[in-house]
Amino acid sequence: MSMPFGYASPEQIMRDKADYARKGIARGRSVVVLQYEDGILFVAPNPSRALHKISEIYDRIGFAAVGRYNEFEELRLGGIRYADINGYTYDRSDVTGRGLANLYASNLGRIFTESIKSLEVEVVVAEVGDTSDGDAIYRLTFDGSVFDEHGFAAMGGQADAVATRLKERYREGMPLADALEVALTALTEPGGERPPVAQLEVAVLDRKREHRKFLRLTGARLERLLSQTSAGGGAAQGAAEEPPGAAPGEGAGGASDASGSSGSSGSSGSSGSSGSSGSSGQAAPPADTPPPTGPEGDIDDGSSPL
Amino acid sequence: MASHRDLPAGLVNQLFHNTGSSSFTEFVAAYAPELLPQRDKVLATPIGDQVPHATTIVAATFAGGVVMAGDRRATSGNIISQRDVEKVFRADDYSCMGIAGTASTGIEMARLYRVELEHYEKMEGRTLSVAGKANRLATMIRGNLGMAMQGLVVVPLFAAYDPDRDEGRIFSYDVAGGPYERDRFDAIGSGSIFARGALKKLYRDGASADDMVMTLIQALYDAADDDSATGGPDVTRKIWPIVSVIDADGYRRLTEEQVAGYVEQMLQQRLISPDGPIAPLR
Repeated sequence: MSMPFGYASPEQIMRDKADYARKGIARGRSVVVLQYEDGILFVAPNPSRALHKISEIYDRIGFAAVGRYNEFEELRLGGIRYADINGYTYDRSDVTGRGLANLYASNLGRIFTESIKSLEVEVVVAEVGDTSDGDAIYRLTFDGSVFDEHGFAAMGGQADAVATRLKERYREGMPLADALEVALTALTEPGGERPPVAQLEVAVLDRKREHRKFLRLTGARLERLLSQTSAGGGAAQGAAEEPPGAAPGEGAGGASDASGSSGSSGSSGSSGSSGSSGSSGQAAPPADTPPPTGPEGDIDDGSSPL
Repeated sequence: MASHRDLPAGLVNQLFHNTGSSSFTEFVAAYAPELLPQRDKVLATPIGDQVPHATTIVAATFAGGVVMAGDRRATSGNIISQRDVEKVFRADDYSCMGIAGTASTGIEMARLYRVELEHYEKMEGRTLSVAGKANRLATMIRGNLGMAMQGLVVVPLFAAYDPDRDEGRIFSYDVAGGPYERDRFDAIGSGSIFARGALKKLYRDGASADDMVMTLIQALYDAADDDSATGGPDVTRKIWPIVSVIDADGYRRLTEEQVAGYVEQMLQQRLISPDGPIAPLR
């Protein structure tokens, strides 16, 4: 049987797309979303004050994303339009996080299968309920998979390591200051330096607020909160020492960049020699295994005799 | 324009993509125009008198903010159609609007306006300026002009706290739009003539929020005293005016108990002097 030149199996194409997206997502810094006693806390190290990774979608719904800014910004704007039109058509209480997660999932999934390049984003849609039982955290990956997370979610950068640290320290019903402490600990590599206050993007969905539950914590309010946590002094100190927009952020970004590209060398080689898919299939996964997503495991990796 | 709602609501059909503007109204007009308060159909006969009308709204600035209050009556011709209608609406954290005229159109407009302000805020990551908010409302009123000519008149009063100036600002409108910025105080609705008269005598520059709430309660009582379409405080049913205060801390609506306190105080006074406080002659 003759194959057209440059033929690649659908499995190979999907795998390449997934690898490509994972690499893009792992390049940035992590974002952490977790429940605390009065709602849901979002924490993202972010040197920019204007380009947000965390934002409000609707009264009870917040949004956090990692990956390419232009791509998740489009998702964010689409989500706001979806929420506002539905809230206006029916009632404000009829806009749910689940509906929004489904909209994102279907679009992410479609783009993943239909476009040459999948979106390099990972998104959390969080909804705060009247009680902590009503809270919901949905994590969506680039291929449209939805994960209904319980208590906390971490994504982007070294997501697995962050999630592990988060899992060790997370408790149900923590006060806000404790939750922030847990999030910052999870976001900091062991022995590493915490991001300075000026480079933190922090927001909450506070069920005790009236009307709109989403609130950004900035400036004095954030510093007060950090001082209530045990290591708050260290973070503030870091802010004072570091010139704005300097080393720690860029250093971390560069490091993860390097690890990403070294991990990629195996898979990019395999896609080049697409004829010998058997050998590429047996290649060990990169050391920093990306978070489990849909295609992983399900797809034919060439090792099957069938 | 045809509605696009038959298409699946998603990002892929491009409808949730760039509309080139952060205006919710423009987005709705493109996506589902039937959801907007109708603006192009013409009624066979004017029905102005048959649908409930909302009446008097008053607003006044105080040192560092603004207060808005509205009575609770809705009328259809000579019938009182509702005793506890709400006509003062929170627009966003730092602004509110009151409506006079056709109640249904006004409520719908208030709902749309709230989404309009919030939509911009979420899309752009900043709140509209106070002038920007006032202008958006003017566009909505102008869009309703056709219906206003058929009797479905709605005229809002807009009040906001301006963080740049640290003061409250009031804007009024007519059926064709506006806005007209008002100094110190304004009133709209059928009882507005009487309320404005009262406010003229009772308004004090640099008064506290507490004093200004009392001033508005007095003005509403004077309006209800002389205008049949304006409802006074309903002591037997415990229905009090709606009072909203906006200052640097944001919008807050006074609770029933708080308003009841002001009303009681005023009624005690009026038992002695039915026409209310007497302004000094010199």
